[in-house]
Amino acid sequence: MTDITATSAGSAASPGRSLLALLEAAGPLIALILLMLIGTAMSDSFLGAENLSNVFTRSAIIGIIAVGATFVITAGGLDLSVGSLSALVAGMTIMFMNAAAATLGDGWPLVAAGIAFSLAIGAFAGFVNGFMIVKGRVEAFIVTLGAMGIFRSVITWLADGGSISLDFSLRDAARPIYYGQVLGIAVPIIVLAVIAVIGELTLRRMRFGRHVAAIGSNRHVAFYSAIPVNRVRILTYVIQGLCVAVATVIYVPRLGAATPSTGLMWELEAIAAVIIGGTALSGGFGRIWGTIVGVLILGFISNILNLTGFISPYLNGAFQGAIIIIAVLLQRDRSQG
Amino acid sequence: MLNKLKSLVAAGTLAVAGLASPALAADAVIGVSIPAATHGWTGGLNYHTKRTIDRMKEAFPNIDFVLATSSSATQQVNDIEDLMARNINALVVLPFESDPLTEPVKAAKAKGVFIATVDRGLAEEGIEDLYVGGDNPQYGKAAAEYFKKKFPDGGKIVVMRGIPTAIDNIRIDAFNEALKDTKIEVLDMQYANWNPDKGFEVMQDYLQRFPEIDGVWAGDDDAALGAIEAIKQADRKNVTVLGGSGMNKVIKLVMDGHDMVDADIFYPPTLIIPAIELVTMKFATQAPINGRYVLGSPLITKDNAAEYYFPDAPY
Repeated sequence: MTDITATSAGSAASPGRSLLALLEAAGPLIALILLMLIGTAMSDSFLGAENLSNVFTRSAIIGIIAVGATFVITAGGLDLSVGSLSALVAGMTIMFMNAAAATLGDGWPLVAAGIAFSLAIGAFAGFVNGFMIVKGRVEAFIVTLGAMGIFRSVITWLADGGSISLDFSLRDAARPIYYGQVLGIAVPIIVLAVIAVIGELTLRRMRFGRHVAAIGSNRHVAFYSAIPVNRVRILTYVIQGLCVAVATVIYVPRLGAATPSTGLMWELEAIAAVIIGGTALSGGFGRIWGTIVGVLILGFISNILNLTGFISPYLNGAFQGAIIIIAVLLQRDRSQG
Repeated sequence: MLNKLKSLVAAGTLAVAGLASPALAADAVIGVSIPAATHGWTGGLNYHTKRTIDRMKEAFPNIDFVLATSSSATQQVNDIEDLMARNINALVVLPFESDPLTEPVKAAKAKGVFIATVDRGLAEEGIEDLYVGGDNPQYGKAAAEYFKKKFPDGGKIVVMRGIPTAIDNIRIDAFNEALKDTKIEVLDMQYANWNPDKGFEVMQDYLQRFPEIDGVWAGDDDAALGAIEAIKQADRKNVTVLGGSGMNKVIKLVMDGHDMVDADIFYPPTLIIPAIELVTMKFATQAPINGRYVLGSPLITKDNAAEYYFPDAPY
């Protein structure tokens, strides 16, 4: 008797529980929709196609970096050097393109060479970070903190404190990367979408993604399960470096210059986007689509604050902080579970 | 016999050492404390500071220089304490912020160090012996006068503020004061932190929000460059952009003629040069120099742009 009632009580409770679970899982999406409703209510220009395109395009840069960060954080690591690395890659790529223009001309071959150069530097820097953390057994926070300082100092030194600019004749060739459109959608948005899809498939469907989550969840168990822990961890940092390079390739044509203040605070924005999206900071669970939603939330906050006048600009930071906390609160118990 | 030889050698070494040391010590040590190259203007500042120190060292080899660059006000306080520990005779300081730096500079003054402040003063009067500064109120006023002349019948402008500091407040207050009772309408002021990326984003959003914008005061040439790109992308015409600080790239645009930028306000990072040189003169050639030297912030237009153009400087 009691058994039957117990089972029926159990099955009655499960639709309620699964609804709650669905709500939690969709937390970031709900926050985004709420934010968009607020934006529409506060400003007429918010839902315009041009405004949305602007925000999406601007968010693409942090978005691509955040996809890489999702891998790193899911594996239980952390990379604080992404902003400074971006500045360094931007500066070195511009210098490379300025120098190579003599031999390669100022058309597509030069841009392709520049892209290849950035990817190489990004991957190498990521590899060095990963190597120091994994083989050198130094805490990720410390290594990437040091790397952050090193990268930014090197770019400041290369720029002599000023800005490194792409020669004017080369700007037209590179401009379409940021300002161009394919079928009416800006190129950076397409690149972000492609990278997000590849990232989501890798993290969820491929063996590598499972390994990453397992390592983040419990490194020792993963090791004893014959997962190549060291190799996977180093690879996550290389992926992060590659993502930074792709993001930088998109960023450079926007202003055609790199300064010592390029990429400042990008690491915090990327990590904030990853956390808002539902990835656990301690690792073990990663959500690429959540990261993209997180990036959009950050982009929209800054956009709404610019579009509306009555909030004192002094308080912009306060609003951003408050909304980030609320967005994470909407996904309760994920990190405590 | 051996002992006598040893003591002879010892005495000889001491004598030589005694003769040698005055020649190695410098006549004066000048400490220079400036902000690190965090944005374009401070990048230029660092460039001109190093250039001047190298030149002064060459001209007066008996004067020693110690340079410290700080990335924040708190670090600058520490750096000044370190400079004091090196027994400097003079301190040339560009305070990150006036209030936190007042006490350490006062302490240095009490120990007899000659104080020269550059660009920003201190919270208390009378501490510095020499002040070489730019004119921040005039900077804001020059911007306001430019827009008043550009739009005599009124116009709509948007403003981008800089890094939230005392200087930014002084400039904006002077700007607002000069625009009182005119027909110029300021649509909004948001922070762009004198940064090209932030300038780009803020300008994009301004263009979305306001279908009619006649002019933009970007506060600084770095932010102006970002604003120009945003306006180009949105394909808006007849928007006048004014930056400030005299960045060589923007002065080149003014010299060559540009549809959006036809002026600039001079606020030179070069004002560190006379400060260092005057202090060096004081010790090297015994030229007692005190007082306040305020270098003006004139408006740069196509006619006078050539004299403000430094193509090799990083800013």
